[in-house]
Amino acid sequence: MSASMHSNDQTGFWELEPHHHAEGASTSLGFWIYLMSDCLMFAVLFAVFGVLGHNYAGGPGPKELFDLELVALNTAFLLISSITFGFGMLAAHEGNKSGALRWLFVTLLFGLGFLCVELYEFNHLIHEGAGPQRSAFLSAFFALVGTHGLHVTFGSIWLVTLMVQVSQKGLIPANMRRLGCLSMFWHFLDVVWIGVFTFVYLMGMI
Amino acid sequence: MTPAATAPHTTFLFGKLGFDAIPQEPIVWATFAVVALGGIALLIALTYFKLWGYLWKEWFTSVDHKKIGIMYMILGIIMLLRGFADALMMRLQQVWAFNGSEGYLNAHHYDQVFTAHGVIMIFFAAMPFVTGFMNYVVPLQIGARDVSFPFLNNFSFWMTAGGAIIIMMSLFVGEFAQTGWLAFPPLSGIDASPGVGVDYYIWALQVAGVGTTLSGINLLVTIVKMRAPGMTMMKMPVFTWTALCTNVLIVASFPVLTMTLILLTLDRYVGTNFFTNDLGGNSMMYVNLIWIWGHPEVYILILPCFGIFSEVTSTFAGKRLFGYTSMVYATICITILSYVVWLHHFFTMGSGASVNSFFGITTMIISIPTGAKIFNWLFTMYKGRVRFELPMMWTVAFMVTFTVGGMTGVLLAVPPADFVLHNSLFLIAHFHNVIIGGVVFAVFAGINFWWPKAFGFRLDPFFGKISFWCWVIGYWLAFTPLYVLGLMGVTRRMRVFDDPDLRIWFAIAALGAAVIAVGIAAFIAQIAWSIWKRKELVDVTGDPWGGRTLEWATSSPPPAYNFAFTPVIRDLDAWWDMKSKKAQRPLYGFLPIHMPKSTGAGVVLAGFATIFGVAMIWYIWWLAIASFAAIVIGAIIHTFNYNRDYHIPANEVETVEDERTRQLALGA
Amino acid sequence: MKLKRFAALLPILLIAACKPVVLAPSGDVAAQQRDLLVISTVLMLLIIIPVIFLTLYFAWKYRESNKDADYQPDWDHSTKLELVIWAAPLLIIICLGALTWVGTHLLDPYRPLNRISATEQAAPGEEPLVVEVVALDWKWLFIYPEYGVASVNDMAVPVDRAVEFKLTSSTVMNAFYIPTMAGMIYAMPGMETTLHGVINKPGTYDGFSSHYSGAGFSHMRFKAHATDTDGFNAWIAKARESGATLDRPSYIELSQPTENAPVQYWAEVDPELFPRVVQMCVEEGRMCMSEMMALDAQGGTGLAGAINVAQLPRARNVTGTIRPVFGTASFMVTSFCTPEDSARMFASSDTAVTAPFDPSPMRGHALTRPGAPAASGLTALDTETADRNL
Repeated sequence: MSASMHSNDQTGFWELEPHHHAEGASTSLGFWIYLMSDCLMFAVLFAVFGVLGHNYAGGPGPKELFDLELVALNTAFLLISSITFGFGMLAAHEGNKSGALRWLFVTLLFGLGFLCVELYEFNHLIHEGAGPQRSAFLSAFFALVGTHGLHVTFGSIWLVTLMVQVSQKGLIPANMRRLGCLSMFWHFLDVVWIGVFTFVYLMGMI
Repeated sequence: MTPAATAPHTTFLFGKLGFDAIPQEPIVWATFAVVALGGIALLIALTYFKLWGYLWKEWFTSVDHKKIGIMYMILGIIMLLRGFADALMMRLQQVWAFNGSEGYLNAHHYDQVFTAHGVIMIFFAAMPFVTGFMNYVVPLQIGARDVSFPFLNNFSFWMTAGGAIIIMMSLFVGEFAQTGWLAFPPLSGIDASPGVGVDYYIWALQVAGVGTTLSGINLLVTIVKMRAPGMTMMKMPVFTWTALCTNVLIVASFPVLTMTLILLTLDRYVGTNFFTNDLGGNSMMYVNLIWIWGHPEVYILILPCFGIFSEVTSTFAGKRLFGYTSMVYATICITILSYVVWLHHFFTMGSGASVNSFFGITTMIISIPTGAKIFNWLFTMYKGRVRFELPMMWTVAFMVTFTVGGMTGVLLAVPPADFVLHNSLFLIAHFHNVIIGGVVFAVFAGINFWWPKAFGFRLDPFFGKISFWCWVIGYWLAFTPLYVLGLMGVTRRMRVFDDPDLRIWFAIAALGAAVIAVGIAAFIAQIAWSIWKRKELVDVTGDPWGGRTLEWATSSPPPAYNFAFTPVIRDLDAWWDMKSKKAQRPLYGFLPIHMPKSTGAGVVLAGFATIFGVAMIWYIWWLAIASFAAIVIGAIIHTFNYNRDYHIPANEVETVEDERTRQLALGA
Repeated sequence: MKLKRFAALLPILLIAACKPVVLAPSGDVAAQQRDLLVISTVLMLLIIIPVIFLTLYFAWKYRESNKDADYQPDWDHSTKLELVIWAAPLLIIICLGALTWVGTHLLDPYRPLNRISATEQAAPGEEPLVVEVVALDWKWLFIYPEYGVASVNDMAVPVDRAVEFKLTSSTVMNAFYIPTMAGMIYAMPGMETTLHGVINKPGTYDGFSSHYSGAGFSHMRFKAHATDTDGFNAWIAKARESGATLDRPSYIELSQPTENAPVQYWAEVDPELFPRVVQMCVEEGRMCMSEMMALDAQGGTGLAGAINVAQLPRARNVTGTIRPVFGTASFMVTSFCTPEDSARMFASSDTAVTAPFDPSPMRGHALTRPGAPAASGLTALDTETADRNL
């Protein structure tokens, strides 16, 4: 042992040169995994809707309750918001801070529009006596669509936060990373909504 | 003719909370007095010795995976004591309540005790132990300086602790669930359980569940992204492999639990009809969903324990692990198969024979990779030099005990056999056989194994051996009678008994529980005594057992940065390889090390989450809204902090490493 | 090691055990379940015993102090050994799996018995005795539809007569279990499960709920009397002597939670009671589940259906139902059916409910059910299996 006391490692078992982990290199993988766990929560809700979706308990079914035109409008809001987010990301990658912020703001407007329409729909249903308590079908419907709406709400809060941060600190790597995560989150919600739209609304109406 | 349905009586300021929430039970008062006195004594001691600042700065706000790991272990030990107290109460009640006696616990109290015992042991004892080991050991084993998301790690711990606080609170304020540990509806619905018990259950699990899920994501990313250069997947230590699989299971199953409990919450708070009897609800769906989480949960607990036993066996046999590759594939097999067996928990629900036999056979198939693992440990001992230090003793006891538990498990997987044994004490004996024989024995093996790494001195073997023998003998004394009782057709969760012939078996079981109590006391004594005698038990080498994996390559306890230089891996058993090739520890040329900063944000956010949980339990809406807003705003404020890390200067690293060199020279 | 001594004690303890009812049952079904249990155990012991023995032997032989033992620190692989350690459990599991598949189908609780003891086949044409069982809070209600009598916490069956239990529950899950007779099956609210069994030895046996169901669970026990036909008839006569009638209002009263409920008999039972309990429409004017499902199958009842509700006249808690804090008070959907409609509905659902579950489509052609009628008869039953859970 004493012989080794005075020498540095010659056997190559240690990395003697500095090496750089890119900061936040794990973030996107971590966020992906988080999204997948979130996806599982939606999977449970879809499964629950699959089981309970026809249990109207002698009450109204989807044909009487859903207004497909309204839902189509809502879907358009969300899909367009995904595109505008994409434009925002493109601007951000070009280093165009004000352009990015503008597109993010447009995204936010569409997101809020989506939420308003959804709240109107919920309010309307409850006033017709078709609240989540009336039947298992309605419970599953409100839970699935409501959970998605909650996600959009938190996405919007996050969006505002990021807009403030980008305008304060600019498009620094930390903010670009966060934008990347929110972008994944937003597109993820879009994908989930397509599932909701198809599985709940379209298949309910046919 | 019946009174109209009413909302529960609430006040604005305190919700449902009032003086009537204090349980009218002398036993609870006595417990409260002891806990309160102990708590006050602790607070006074901490203040007197001016330890608050130290604890806050060095522990509570620390993002160091090692300190978080140790805090998980402490939480696990505290909750193990609580859960075990519940177990003793059940044993006593079941010996007492014969010949028309109602025992000393009424149904309201007894039913809380067995529910709390299950919930605490699984969620707040076993889970913290497992997570604690993974937190402490995995980054060291893969040659990393911390986990991928150190802040998240701290937050996860405090969420788990918050859940534990909520469940402990239920002991003194209000009541806990009287439903069994999985809270099946309709029994856990608002009609059958109108009190706060089930709400305590829900919110304790939800708060802790967030922590568990985030910690699973964190460790998963850490293992995938942070391995030292050269450590390919098939050069990862077995414990890291099992940790990887466990975290995959956590990430892929805890969201199911979270959502299932959310739906139950909606049923209870909003009156939806997910799991109700009428209006289209389906309570069988809850049973399915909860076991889709519940069965993987069993493997979440046991897989890292298999990892611990693998490390211990090869270390103390002084031999490479036999069949590393098949061990890894066995672990992966178990991971995947654990998702296709959940229905074996309710064969008696009346599914068709084909469904039942499908799930019965998939369950049996899991025993093949598990059996292969047992053989692998066997053949690791074969042609080894087995040193019977405490970790190895626990391992041999595990192999014998767990094998029997595995056999009774496969027995229960045969649906017609399950029809006569389901919900019986045979089942209770079976899962204690695998959880005590597997998880608990592994926890003790692991604590004895890694304690010198964490604190720089060994645990005293004398008390350790007392603890070992008491646990092993106590286990067999306590649970063999339950196997017998199960074959006599005795059901679980019974409070009183008619048949006097059963009493002798419960008496033996109670004796066994008492022996285990001695084992737990000896374990506490072992820790206290070892701390007292730490100078004599000291280990300066950092490698007291002749270790094989990287955690033994650094000092004990490891410096904050774990490794001054990142190790390069060329072989499985990297440290053994280094030792055998006479690798030299670098002594100069130290570089500044980039590390995450401590932050109090995790404690604060988890604190608000805990308050939110309590507010929801007691219907204190203003507090719920305020604490929820505080979580959101707190999280946002936290994101405005861009300055989250710092560099340990090179000369500081040099000082620490020089001290280690000096210590090694002294020890040589 | 001390462990071994305990292992040696185990069989002695077992023999000393006074009443291992699961290992020595009096019913043919439970006996077959016991056989499967024993065979599986023996099959597994083939591998468990060597493993335990080898563990202890290796641990002893390769202990550090034994310097004679071979030490090969780098020996970590042997393809042959690995094959053996994967193959040995696999073989056992293949045997056990085959046993499980066959055993599970033969002992399917939905399957009508084709033998009443190891030696005796079921008499052709003899219908099983039907007993309708309702798990109440916290007592068992037994209804004998053929005799029109009912009892609480006490039941009787003739020895060597196949019995078909139809199980349901009023509020929460329970499991119906007479250990000596046949395995347990859950009794669940709003659902009907089936259990077939037989008792071959006269005697009075214990039955109970083996699924925790709340405060009164420990006392939710009953006696099952297995007697010859005369004894059974005497028991029926005793029930008739009570002179009481169990109709829907008295059922609602009975279903209020009580603990340690005394034995009770009824001479007469409303024949619609059990189907109404299963379908959750005992209350006057409440929509039955089959009506609900029929309406749902047509896509619901439209917006008007949303308000077709009324306050539920029955509360589970004596103090009144606690309404969910953000919800509505519990309510029921009111029925559209006239009494005549209901009568017709229950008359027709009766046959559907008794149809045995037939798993043959999943079993393949090779494994025909012992004693099963011709294949054409089976397919006819298939269409009815959908109603099984009603």
